[in-house]
Amino acid sequence: MEKLDKNELKQMAIKIRKGIIETVYYAQSGHPGGSLSIADILTVLYFREMNINPQDPNWEDRDRLVLSKGHCSPALYSCLAYRGFFSVDELKTFRNINSFLQGHPDKNKIPGVDMTTGSLGQGLSSANGMAIAGKMDKKDYRVYCILGDGEIEEGQIWEAAMASNKYKLDNLCVIIDNNNLQIDGTIEEVMSSYPIDEKFRSFGFEIIKIDGNDIDEIINAFEVAKNVKGKPTCIIAKTIKGKGISYMENQVGWHGKAPNEEQYELAIKELESNK
Amino acid sequence: MEDVKKATRESYGEALLELGKNNENVVVLDADLASATKTSLFAKQYPDRFFDMGIAEANMIGTAAGLATCNKIPYTSTFAVFAAGRAYDQIRNSICYPNLNVKICATHAGITVGEDGATHQMIEDISLMRTLPNMTVISPSDDVQTKWIIAEISKIKGPVYVRLTRLATPIIYESDQTFEIGKAVQIGEGTDGTVFATGVCVAEAIKAQEILKERGIDIRVVDIHTIKPIDRKIIVKCAKETKKLISIEDHNMIGGLGSAISEVLTDEYPAKLEKIGIKDTFGKSGKAEELMKYFGINYETILEKYR
Repeated sequence: MEKLDKNELKQMAIKIRKGIIETVYYAQSGHPGGSLSIADILTVLYFREMNINPQDPNWEDRDRLVLSKGHCSPALYSCLAYRGFFSVDELKTFRNINSFLQGHPDKNKIPGVDMTTGSLGQGLSSANGMAIAGKMDKKDYRVYCILGDGEIEEGQIWEAAMASNKYKLDNLCVIIDNNNLQIDGTIEEVMSSYPIDEKFRSFGFEIIKIDGNDIDEIINAFEVAKNVKGKPTCIIAKTIKGKGISYMENQVGWHGKAPNEEQYELAIKELESNK
Repeated sequence: MEDVKKATRESYGEALLELGKNNENVVVLDADLASATKTSLFAKQYPDRFFDMGIAEANMIGTAAGLATCNKIPYTSTFAVFAAGRAYDQIRNSICYPNLNVKICATHAGITVGEDGATHQMIEDISLMRTLPNMTVISPSDDVQTKWIIAEISKIKGPVYVRLTRLATPIIYESDQTFEIGKAVQIGEGTDGTVFATGVCVAEAIKAQEILKERGIDIRVVDIHTIKPIDRKIIVKCAKETKKLISIEDHNMIGGLGSAISEVLTDEYPAKLEKIGIKDTFGKSGKAEELMKYFGINYETILEKYR
């Protein structure tokens, strides 16, 4: 596949968002808020940045992605479907007992999923393992790991961050989805993980701060990250939870709730008017 | 049974070294306990394939999972209480659910850890590990068996938990003894009773068997090294052939070997099983042998069953 250019990526991000809304609507279950906040980042990764092959999902030299905030599976599945790992129609079967599309990413059931995730805080460790293996085998693939700003309250993240630094994993790029909301409220109210940049910098990471809903800034950040040598990179992406659907934006209530028919139609209408 | 004694953690360290020579995909992770778990032998010989992950067990297990997705065969080591206990969720969600090829070789299991006391004496790991789908659970009894198992599990694709111990115990088997994962080893043909034993308790069972023989009581010992999948056949066979069934383990009586045997018996051949184990209490400090006597998980408790 040719890498999509900036405008094509913007159009694709709209498709991905529609996919997210459909996925959650048909299941009447799932997590739209955080899925929408990472939609632009995942779109750039799957349609420009990552070296992957939908015909050979387990290709040894592929770039890898660990969606550590696994509850945002609708965003990942939407990207995988539009990228050709499976049919877009399958999105409507999400969370159904007969579907392979599990509530949280399952590497054995879903083509294109590189790591099973869902229990928060575990993904950076497995991403480290993949990056270490890449270095051992002298392969040049890159490993991307997406963490939530609430998720990094888990202690294991910091155990893993120490290890990313120890093993100088410059083939690892961590992305923090900093939408500032978690289930019980804002990050500051619940258990502040701020200052995220200073924390990761002190753990030995190169820090890049961007607007995580701006395609240009996302593209540039990945370019910069690729040229960082001798240490891991952490992109802190300021995002809007529920981005793209007016009534979901910055609303903590849309963390894990499905839209009803009226809300669904409104969401689709809003996304289509953005084209 | 020879007089030479050796802890299975020692056997593990030596077996890893040998395995490292034969299989380039084997990598070893430890959590700042390499000199105690004996992975230090591998670390010295193969520094590029050894990762000391520091005092961070959850991350060690998760890292192993990531390595396994890239065709490495990680052997991870720490004390049993920190592996099966502290990193349980990582073992569950990052290894067992995705069915990844990670070997968890946990040393210092059971009260035979000794002096360190209850915080370090893991008596729930068999229970925790055997309820995890996809997991194989092995509890070897001596040096020969441990060495065979460490090599053999590299050929099984999937998660394996191996329960190793600190206490030096007798070498039970001849070096040419053959084993099979999932198949228990029957020692003796006696019909006056069966003692099902695992880990450090196998030598205790054999000691009881020898003493009872002098008293004219002929029992058999069944070394259940594979707790999951358990050898159902031999359990039913012994229930049919022998007068008394006893189990003995350095583990909580809830959920361990005795429970696993009871599950088979209730399914297939209801029979009474006299369980010997830790009676749902935490351990304490002391010398390993003293603790075995204190908690009644030694040969003497088996003898009492024949008074």
